[in-house]
Amino acid sequence: MDIYFDNGATTRVFPEVKDIMVKVLEEEYGNPSSMHRKGLIAEHHLKKTREILASSMKVDPKEITFTSGGTESNNLTIIGTALANQRRGKHIITSTIEHASVYNPFFFLEEMGFEVTFIPVDEKGIIRLDLLKEAIRKDTVLVSVMAVNNEIGSVMPMEEIGAIIKEANPDTYYHADCVQAYGKMKIFPRKWKMDMVSISGHKIHGPKGSGALYVRKGVKIKPILYGGNQEQALRSGTENVPAIAGLGVAAEKIYENHEEKVAYLREIKDYFLEKVMKLPDVTNHSGDAPHIASVSFLKVRSEVLLHALEEKGICVSAGSACSSNKPAVSGTLKGIGLKKEEYESTLRFTFSCYNTKDEVDYVIEELEKLLVVLRRFVRK
Amino acid sequence: MKYQCFLIKYAEIGIKGKNRYMFEDALIRQMKFAVKEAGDFIIWKESGRIFLKGAEGCDFDQDEVIEALKRVFGISHICPMVMHDSKEYDDVVKAVIDYWNDCYGEQALTFKAVVRRADKRFPMSSMPFAAQLGHELLQVYKNIKVDVHTPDVMLNVEIRDKVYIYSEEIMGPGGMPVGTNGKAMLLLSGGIDSPVAGYMIAKRGVRLDATYFHAPPYTSERAKEKVVELARLVARYSGPIDLHVINFTDIQMAIYEKCPHEELTIIMRRYMMQMAENIAKNNNGLALITGESLGQVASQTIQSLSVTNEVCTLPVFRPCIGLDKQEIVEISEKIGTFETSILPYEDCCTIFVAKHPVTKPNLNVIKKSERKLEGVIEELLERAYATDEVIHIR
Repeated sequence: MDIYFDNGATTRVFPEVKDIMVKVLEEEYGNPSSMHRKGLIAEHHLKKTREILASSMKVDPKEITFTSGGTESNNLTIIGTALANQRRGKHIITSTIEHASVYNPFFFLEEMGFEVTFIPVDEKGIIRLDLLKEAIRKDTVLVSVMAVNNEIGSVMPMEEIGAIIKEANPDTYYHADCVQAYGKMKIFPRKWKMDMVSISGHKIHGPKGSGALYVRKGVKIKPILYGGNQEQALRSGTENVPAIAGLGVAAEKIYENHEEKVAYLREIKDYFLEKVMKLPDVTNHSGDAPHIASVSFLKVRSEVLLHALEEKGICVSAGSACSSNKPAVSGTLKGIGLKKEEYESTLRFTFSCYNTKDEVDYVIEELEKLLVVLRRFVRK
Repeated sequence: MKYQCFLIKYAEIGIKGKNRYMFEDALIRQMKFAVKEAGDFIIWKESGRIFLKGAEGCDFDQDEVIEALKRVFGISHICPMVMHDSKEYDDVVKAVIDYWNDCYGEQALTFKAVVRRADKRFPMSSMPFAAQLGHELLQVYKNIKVDVHTPDVMLNVEIRDKVYIYSEEIMGPGGMPVGTNGKAMLLLSGGIDSPVAGYMIAKRGVRLDATYFHAPPYTSERAKEKVVELARLVARYSGPIDLHVINFTDIQMAIYEKCPHEELTIIMRRYMMQMAENIAKNNNGLALITGESLGQVASQTIQSLSVTNEVCTLPVFRPCIGLDKQEIVEISEKIGTFETSILPYEDCCTIFVAKHPVTKPNLNVIKKSERKLEGVIEELLERAYATDEVIHIR
């Protein structure tokens, strides 16, 4: 058995993604900046992906910039807009449960002299809108909020947040980190008044090293990489054509029969939660995202259970993959007020269209057996 | 300064009487192993000394070679030398003057010139030639003086097949060449101490094997990879290591269920020592090595050590026994294992450790506790030996 319930960390690529990447790597390997035919063919791949991404979000293809993924998109947009607009103000806002690729650029800017406000979340992991409203000032240049939290799957009211920001200060930029949201829901930057949106390819069955940033026309932003002025000078460097081509195919596929796909994910997730909650001493912290389940198995340390599942061929995460590299516990789990006993025993199960109910049955069966054994051996 | 050749000085092995050739051959073998990544080299013995130079056409990075040689036990000093073909008097003098300029320029220093003349066809004998060289140097460099007792610079000129000049002596690691003193089994954990212990015993000429006990799912695959990496780092000094990985989970669980909790660690360690010894004996190991340091933790008090020692018949070497933690850390930093040792993966000794483990265990009490495992432990041990996965670290 080989069961992958860690699709929030990364996903297997669609076969069509692999096919186009192989074709680009082997045959259409030109540099889009080259003047000859091979360059032109490569450029066509960029154009096509740009159009797919733009139409999936109902924006202009010119507003899409390719990056190496979610981390770069977040860094570029946060640092790039803060630096380009510091004359207007040096106050920036984010939440307390963001991904490291958001909060670390914020810490960097704080060191550079910006004032940072972190808005806490409620017990469901939703950003406190009342506090957000109060925090926005005349000199606030940027608010950055994630659409779907990566650890528990709480879904932020993105449209409402847009309205609040623009009402409080129409000049404040609104950045949405949609790395976990893109492909799991429809995202409409115009309607929701987003100025920048980050997306990542490898969370939607595209290749690692692919991603994009939507930047609304008119937003003042500085690049963080300088060089050959590719991507309208916002992101220099020869474009990663195979990855971009793969990203396009993945985005196209994920939004094809989208409602059905989301419904399938939700069915798997609900089925899993229904069964797992019947096991003894389990608590559920999952938010509304269709693909993320966050569950605590009390009296078992999450790493131990994770490795025990691994021995049965089941891959899951403890908290989130990004924070579990560090000894510090996840910000989100603490942020929603979990006690130590709970957050030290939390596992994250994240699903994709490749998962089945049979797999869920097998995982529940193994969990049931393992919990009995592991709970016998606790630190005295 | 570009050096073409290295003179290797060795200390202890020089005094080993009739065994000397054996030690020298072992040293040369270890040197060859150490420098093989850096290029093609010729290593040869000549009148009680060992030389190393690049093979024809080998353009090596001298810093890389020196770093590699600094990991070869048995070497006391490494002297980088420049090499000249011509043995004509004027050419030798010019080479020495140029050498001085490249190394010391116009610095105010004291020096002594020493000549060794292995090629007796060279017309001048050693002493007068050394004096003559000193004289020539004093003519050119006005800031230098001769001091034959405690010179700043000992300038050596050797007349052999070619002319070799050197003045720098880089400290080697000392010790004895690995392979001259048998083989021992290192109990390797993911911590700071055990790699240092392995290094220290290897330094005395001992070849190493290692045993690592892992406890999935309580310890992760990454914890094991960390130990493999530590073994690889130690092997840069010790040469090849066979790392035995043993699954210890079931034994640990049995002890947890049947024995008093505060005795868990001590009983666990007794089984580990016993298993490591048996694996050692099956692989021609003559001793065990642990990273224990007296009083560092509960299982390392005199009483605890004597209780764990009791299961062994082979000698147990504990080279860190008298060192403070800080001293062990310093060695691990020097040998380059520290960074890896502090990676945050749990090892199986810490998972179920009691809040108040026994610090003065009594052997009879421990043995009585172990009797509760009778009937189960024999099979568990059998099964644990069967999990032995041997990783050849080269």
